Amino acid sequence: MRKRQSKAGLLLVTALVALPFVPLFVWAFAGEWRFPDLVPAEWSLRGIQHLAEPGGRVLAATLNSLLIGVSVALASVVVGLPAGMALGGYEWRFKGIVIFVILLPILVPPLASTMGVHLTFIRLGLADTMLGVFLVHLVPTVPYTAIILTSIFAERTGDLEEAARTLGANPWQAFWYVTLPEAAPGVAVAGLFAFLISWGQYILTLLIGGGNVVTLPMLLFSAASGNDPVITSALAIVFALPAVLALIVALRYLKPSETDDACGFLGLGKVS
Amino acid sequence: MGGRIKIALLLTPALLVIGVLFGGGLISAVIQSLGYLPAIGQTQISLDAYDQVLTGDDFLDSFLLTVYIAGASTVFSTVLAVLAALALRHGSGRLSTVVFQLPITIPHLVAAVGIALIISQTGLGARLAAALGLIGEPREFPALLYDRYSVGIILTYVWKEVPFIALVVLASLRGVAGELEDVARTLGANAWQRFWFVVFPVIAPGIIAASLIVFAFTFGAFEVPYLLGKTYPTILPVMAYNEYRDVELTARPVAMAINVLISFITAVFAALYLRLARDLGRRRDP
Repeated sequence: MRKRQSKAGLLLVTALVALPFVPLFVWAFAGEWRFPDLVPAEWSLRGIQHLAEPGGRVLAATLNSLLIGVSVALASVVVGLPAGMALGGYEWRFKGIVIFVILLPILVPPLASTMGVHLTFIRLGLADTMLGVFLVHLVPTVPYTAIILTSIFAERTGDLEEAARTLGANPWQAFWYVTLPEAAPGVAVAGLFAFLISWGQYILTLLIGGGNVVTLPMLLFSAASGNDPVITSALAIVFALPAVLALIVALRYLKPSETDDACGFLGLGKVS
Repeated sequence: MGGRIKIALLLTPALLVIGVLFGGGLISAVIQSLGYLPAIGQTQISLDAYDQVLTGDDFLDSFLLTVYIAGASTVFSTVLAVLAALALRHGSGRLSTVVFQLPITIPHLVAAVGIALIISQTGLGARLAAALGLIGEPREFPALLYDRYSVGIILTYVWKEVPFIALVVLASLRGVAGELEDVARTLGANAWQRFWFVVFPVIAPGIIAASLIVFAFTFGAFEVPYLLGKTYPTILPVMAYNEYRDVELTARPVAMAINVLISFITAVFAALYLRLARDLGRRRDP
């Protein structure tokens, strides 16, 4: 009885979760779809062709998004890993304050700091460049990688490193051959998160990129403000793709507890 | 001693990134909000921008709209999430986790576009209403986008945030709450008593913490209201952005003053959340 109730509930939740994707998938392949028809009168591949147009804006924007996202993910892990080790692996005074400072950019919208930093970026020649966009994307991503990696290091005891050190490994060897391989799944999750957060950024890219750095959400936003649901839906599907792929990867290759930690952490809710 | 230096070194890169790009940006925003803009020849420090912002009607309208959208989104998300978690707690944990994680991972813009295509006056909802003979023309369908009540924005947030809160609640329900409930049942408590006196007190702190995060986030988020909201009033972050883009550079201090106020308000919520999270952690391992 309880089980059946849960099953019905799950079915309803699944339907509600799937609902917004229904118009996206139908519109992406629609040719003519006038009101009040429930299904398109004609189908077409115009949306898909728009995406794949050789030398087109979509491919260029996707490439920009990927390039920025991958660099941001790598940099965030490099910066967040030592912070995670310090916060998760050791006990020390003022830890609470440091955690507060690191979490602040997640909870206080980075819009204000980005507008504040804009003038300096203009002076330094970083405005309107990929490098500048890369730098401001670090503001929301570094806190996430640091915090995810903190939880990873908090669960480890450090016994293995000690064993390695006893056996004659120097600190660097202990880190490279013991700590890193053991923390690898967590590092991968943290990197994936950072990539997704960067991939989803709209306003930070708009402010610092100034329209010169065109990423996928820029195209999606301008399509969505216009009046072509076919193109908008096709772009939205491409834009959603990495999130879906990441979820599949996370579910396949991570233990359930790790996935829960990672995603429950809070969320990619804040990605976007 | 060596340990302290090691910890400081490990923290340096992250604190440098956050300190320079986030902290430095915020400080610069505060300075600019005080009217100090040497680039346009303004070096006089004043509180004029705050005066202008706080005494004008625009800010109040925007503030109320922002509180309304963030508040409504948080309340609806929280209630639905608790109901969903209660309904799903006996089912397959893995399956519900997968279903919930999809909206958490999908970018807000995608959700906003999908929901707009359902609730617009020529959307799936209107077409369904027409098929049922409820409406004849698109304009007979209620306007749910760019509307007074910000229905589209709130729906998008609810779709995105319910799963986040529900996962937090599910985690605590599957833990100690379930066991305590069984004890209460054995002792003869009815369903309502079990919920109100046993389950709710256990899951409440998690619910409050998650709601605080959702409120802070929806208070400061930009793109969903920018896409689906009406042009006046706008939410505070959009108002700040519009002032920022003003060709008159004299509007800069006003934009920055709004930014500083947004940051201050969300920081208060962040502090509340972290305090609560810390107390929660203490309670878990005394």
